[in-house]
Amino acid sequence: MSDSKLSPKQWVAPHIAGLPRSGIRDFFELVKTMDDVISLGIGEPDFVTPWHIREACIYAINHGYTSYTSNLGDPRLRKAICKYSAENFGLEYQPENECIVTVGVSEALDIVLRAVLSPGDEVLYHEPCYVSYAPSVRMTHAVPVPVLTRAENDFVLQVEDLEKAVTPRSKVLLLNYPNNPTGAGMTLADKQLMADFAIRHDLLVLSDEIYEELSYIPRTPSIASLPGMKERTVTLNGFSKAFAMTGFRIGYACGPDDLIEAMMKIHQYSMLCASSIAQAAAIEALQNGQGPREDMRREYEQRRNVIVKRLNEIGLPCFMPRGAFYVFPRISSTGLDSATFAKRLLQEKHVAVVPGTAFGSCGEGFVRCSYATSLEEIEIAMTRIQEFVSALS
Amino acid sequence: MNDATLKKEIVALLRRNARMPEKELADRLNSTVDKIAALIRELEKDRVIMGYAAIINQEAENGEVRAIIEVGVQPERDTGFDTIAERLGKFPEVHSVYLVSGHYDLRLEVVGQSMQDVASFVSSKLASQPGVKSTATYFLLKKYKEAGVQISKDEHYERLKIVP
Repeated sequence: MSDSKLSPKQWVAPHIAGLPRSGIRDFFELVKTMDDVISLGIGEPDFVTPWHIREACIYAINHGYTSYTSNLGDPRLRKAICKYSAENFGLEYQPENECIVTVGVSEALDIVLRAVLSPGDEVLYHEPCYVSYAPSVRMTHAVPVPVLTRAENDFVLQVEDLEKAVTPRSKVLLLNYPNNPTGAGMTLADKQLMADFAIRHDLLVLSDEIYEELSYIPRTPSIASLPGMKERTVTLNGFSKAFAMTGFRIGYACGPDDLIEAMMKIHQYSMLCASSIAQAAAIEALQNGQGPREDMRREYEQRRNVIVKRLNEIGLPCFMPRGAFYVFPRISSTGLDSATFAKRLLQEKHVAVVPGTAFGSCGEGFVRCSYATSLEEIEIAMTRIQEFVSALS
Repeated sequence: MNDATLKKEIVALLRRNARMPEKELADRLNSTVDKIAALIRELEKDRVIMGYAAIINQEAENGEVRAIIEVGVQPERDTGFDTIAERLGKFPEVHSVYLVSGHYDLRLEVVGQSMQDVASFVSSKLASQPGVKSTATYFLLKKYKEAGVQISKDEHYERLKIVP
């Protein structure tokens, strides 16, 4: 008789219920309860958005540029993006039909995956990687296939490992170099190997190049610019990291027109368009932001030099990152696993780093330290880490 | 990094913080303390670096008065503006001297203990200099930015402590 005896209906779809919570979120809850924490756990620039960019956004508001834009994005912004891509990445795209403005790279990744994947398709990607990759693939009912990368290769994806993972269902190869969380970067030769592999197995390459402008090795052309790659590559990029514009939420994707058209269909029904005032800020960033962008890059590069030196002196070895603003030191010599190391470091020394396992199981034995924080704080954090590590041995 | 590039980077960093320790400079630039110290000595010897000064908030400078003075001068036959500019620069009251384009010739920044102090410098010393044709004095009322540093601190927005 009584309904209360029946178990309540499970409304959440099984494939969503099965998604693990981000390992970072648990950690975040713990950090929230403490003060005077020095955080090396922040994956966003510590610089405020350059003033001229903020001012352009204020100007847009003042002048009532507050309505919808075209679904693909403000045509002036698309034009600026295509010009910028040609000049900076060696990529030639048509603003009319080969470029779409999205709400951050996160949305760009989501809609391109939804546009190309059917249930059961497989996506090859490297681990450690950004936390959203596997969940985003799962949300399309496709299958994420992680390929492990290793410290001895400076976390660059190896073709031999890809060859072992590829199957007839493989459809997409997802790359993120310069890499979050390891700071790994690809040389032109590395990119050529990936391109050859993708062509050999007829794969679509999704290249997440959000950290491309934060490169500390001589810049090489994007993978999409290599012979035979433009028609099988979607390049994803955005304004968050290079121009310190995380809160503006503007990203973009460039690729073959049929793919951009398919992505646009999803975007128009789910998002309609990206924020008009944020797009106005993005135009300003591309047109006049090169100076501040380079200043920030140089500051990151110098902090990288300092933090890598200190960590190696402490006995937590790490290679010199080629890009982004992360170092990924090995902490296994302390005898602790990544989660315990990070938790105890936080509790005992009030320094937050992110356990490597948040970025894939092969991140065990490593932690991610972000140097998107002032050098002063980095120095204090390094002193505390040194004390923590010495007390362990 | 070659020496010329290193020197450029050192100058850029010292401009931002003249007290930056040599150790930090070395670490930031992937160099050694000895190398950095040697290059700084060279920069000093070549008068690329001429001194190290603090950037002071005017409100903390008790009773000090500053003025910008526009000076119209008669240039000299062989040396143009240089002789008179250098002569005016010898007065300790004169903080800086620039030759500028526009309606007048030299732009001086003058420091004194009071407005009276500055006024008497202008009338009794500056205006009477041979070659000085005209002066216009502007007392500085409030400083908003100096040497690239905003006087009022920007509001600081606290980022989330952990972000993927």
